[in-house]
Amino acid sequence: MGKTLLDKIWDAHTIRTEDGGRTVLYIDRHYIHEVTSPVAFAGLEKRGIGVARPQQVTATCDHNIPTEKQHLPIEEPQSREQVAALGRNCAKYGITYFGMGNPKQGIVHIIGPEQGFTQPGMTIVCGDSHTSTHGAFGAVAFGIGTSEVEMVFASQCLIQSKPKTMRITVDGKLGNGVEAKDIILYIISKISASGGTGHFIEFAGEAIRSLSMEGRMTLCNMSIECGARGGIVAPDQTTFDYLRGRGNAPQGADFERAIERWKELHSDPDAQFDTEYRFDAADIQPMITYGTNPGMGMAITDTIPAEADPKALAYMDFKAGEKMIGKPVDYVFVGSCTNGRIEDLRRFAQLVKGRKKAANITAWIVPGSKKVEEMAEKEGIRQILADAGFELRQPGCSACLAMNADKVPAGKYCVSTSNRNFEGRQGPGARTLLSGVAVAAAAAVTGSVQDPRQVFNL
Amino acid sequence: MSIPKFDKLISRAIPVRTENIDTDQIIPARFLKAVERKGFGDNLFYDWRFNKAGQPIAGFPLNDPRYQGEILVAGRNFGCGSSREHAAWAIFDHGFRVVVSSFFADIFRNNALNNGLLPVKVSDEFLAEIFAEIDRDPMAQFEVDLEQQTFTILSSKHSETFEIDAYKKRCLQNGYDDVDYLVSIMPQIEAFEEKRKSL
Repeated sequence: MGKTLLDKIWDAHTIRTEDGGRTVLYIDRHYIHEVTSPVAFAGLEKRGIGVARPQQVTATCDHNIPTEKQHLPIEEPQSREQVAALGRNCAKYGITYFGMGNPKQGIVHIIGPEQGFTQPGMTIVCGDSHTSTHGAFGAVAFGIGTSEVEMVFASQCLIQSKPKTMRITVDGKLGNGVEAKDIILYIISKISASGGTGHFIEFAGEAIRSLSMEGRMTLCNMSIECGARGGIVAPDQTTFDYLRGRGNAPQGADFERAIERWKELHSDPDAQFDTEYRFDAADIQPMITYGTNPGMGMAITDTIPAEADPKALAYMDFKAGEKMIGKPVDYVFVGSCTNGRIEDLRRFAQLVKGRKKAANITAWIVPGSKKVEEMAEKEGIRQILADAGFELRQPGCSACLAMNADKVPAGKYCVSTSNRNFEGRQGPGARTLLSGVAVAAAAAVTGSVQDPRQVFNL
Repeated sequence: MSIPKFDKLISRAIPVRTENIDTDQIIPARFLKAVERKGFGDNLFYDWRFNKAGQPIAGFPLNDPRYQGEILVAGRNFGCGSSREHAAWAIFDHGFRVVVSSFFADIFRNNALNNGLLPVKVSDEFLAEIFAEIDRDPMAQFEVDLEQQTFTILSSKHSETFEIDAYKKRCLQNGYDDVDYLVSIMPQIEAFEEKRKSL
């Protein structure tokens, strides 16, 4: 029987298998940030051991940092100390650190691919659930806890059970105004917020193949939101074109040799998956969530389902059977490791160009990295946004989890391109409506939930 | 070093029936700013336990004096969302040794096991029976036996077995720590690296 892509990469990184089946798995790249690393560093200290392979670790700060006035010290003392601690720890253990102000700083899942650290066939971990993002490159990438961060520091390995395999095939072509975010919100709404638990999802089919790398990253990023350990897309020409010339990817003849290896990274035609789903791209509309987990989503033109969870609806102050279109919105957030890449800012700018931000909207447009910010500047995106009444902020996780000052006040509604609509995720009492960039742009210029295909004649 | 050992526990239980409890509810992101692992238990379920003024909300089970114990019983799909290990730390630090649900998110399950907090997965039917038993008698006692891999409602002697892989079971029973183990096999890891280089 043939092997799945997950099997191939997993097996190539298996050092040994414990009784009960857990694998000692070798890790190629370890990303770290300020929130989930300090206790792991403290653990090393207690044990009197060091970081085994510092050159395989890449560090940045993103969760805690403000998205304006980054040239000044962080105001909030605990955040300031957490970021400072990461800087001290990286210096002590010889880890490359892209701190605040560094031109390579940004959200950990944006900068890894951007700088070519993330490559096909790798195993990649980070103390962050959205590490699944890197699966877009045909890597086995997954989030881990802090104890596991310490394990990777100490040994460059983890002890893991191998996930079950799932393949989700999306056939056909996406309709106008439908983007990668809509695909994944659609999938989660169909299989539920726990439908992928225990599995690693390979995304396949024409609609997936046609996505850019940015789109594939959005897709894999949210595979964790259906409970999956991660998502993966087999590498192809789109992947190779993206990686060519990126600083930490192989260069010159080495790159051509790498492509030959990477071309082997696909599931065999006779590979068996534990679970299979098949969807038709033509059924996918621009999506929006109405509830308090990412599985509570629907086509923007639908009505809130009758069977919707009453607790979630009470929190959101919505009723079953209501339309989402026309609901007033207070905040719009474009950014995060889900939709904070240059393609997302280009799309937003293209849509709002020549229009004006609605008066009732507070908008946070947050680039995912310094590099994205720099490109937005060069391409004139900052100016287009400014002309339309939007300000491009500075990079960080921002209002996705509201660890910094970018908090949505209690009871307010935010159309957000981020990944979680949990209670209080964007601030205590905040109400989050997850969407793609086009739906966010429509809300930003109209002040309410609207179908972007109507607003922008898509 | 070692993790807290687990063998057998007889205790009352605290029910939190909500399904899909995500780690943002277990511990909201604003409490993740510490650089040391201490005090997380005070912020467990913070936004469900306390109102804006910081006063306990009477209806929440952790504030209800009828409910006590080292076992947390929760609705299906417990611990989904963020990978924050702070969620497992907060539950342990608050005094729980066991979490029972009919479904656990993967990362949470690993984080719990790495901290001596035992996740016990039972069937949906048995979970309903446990909730009903606590409703009938908040003083009801439950037994968790790791060796036998059983969870028992002591009044009825109704019992269900739960799964745990052999490696993690041994770690919990003996307090073994993964880092120590991995460091001990470093020569094997280095040999693997050498072999890969030559490919």
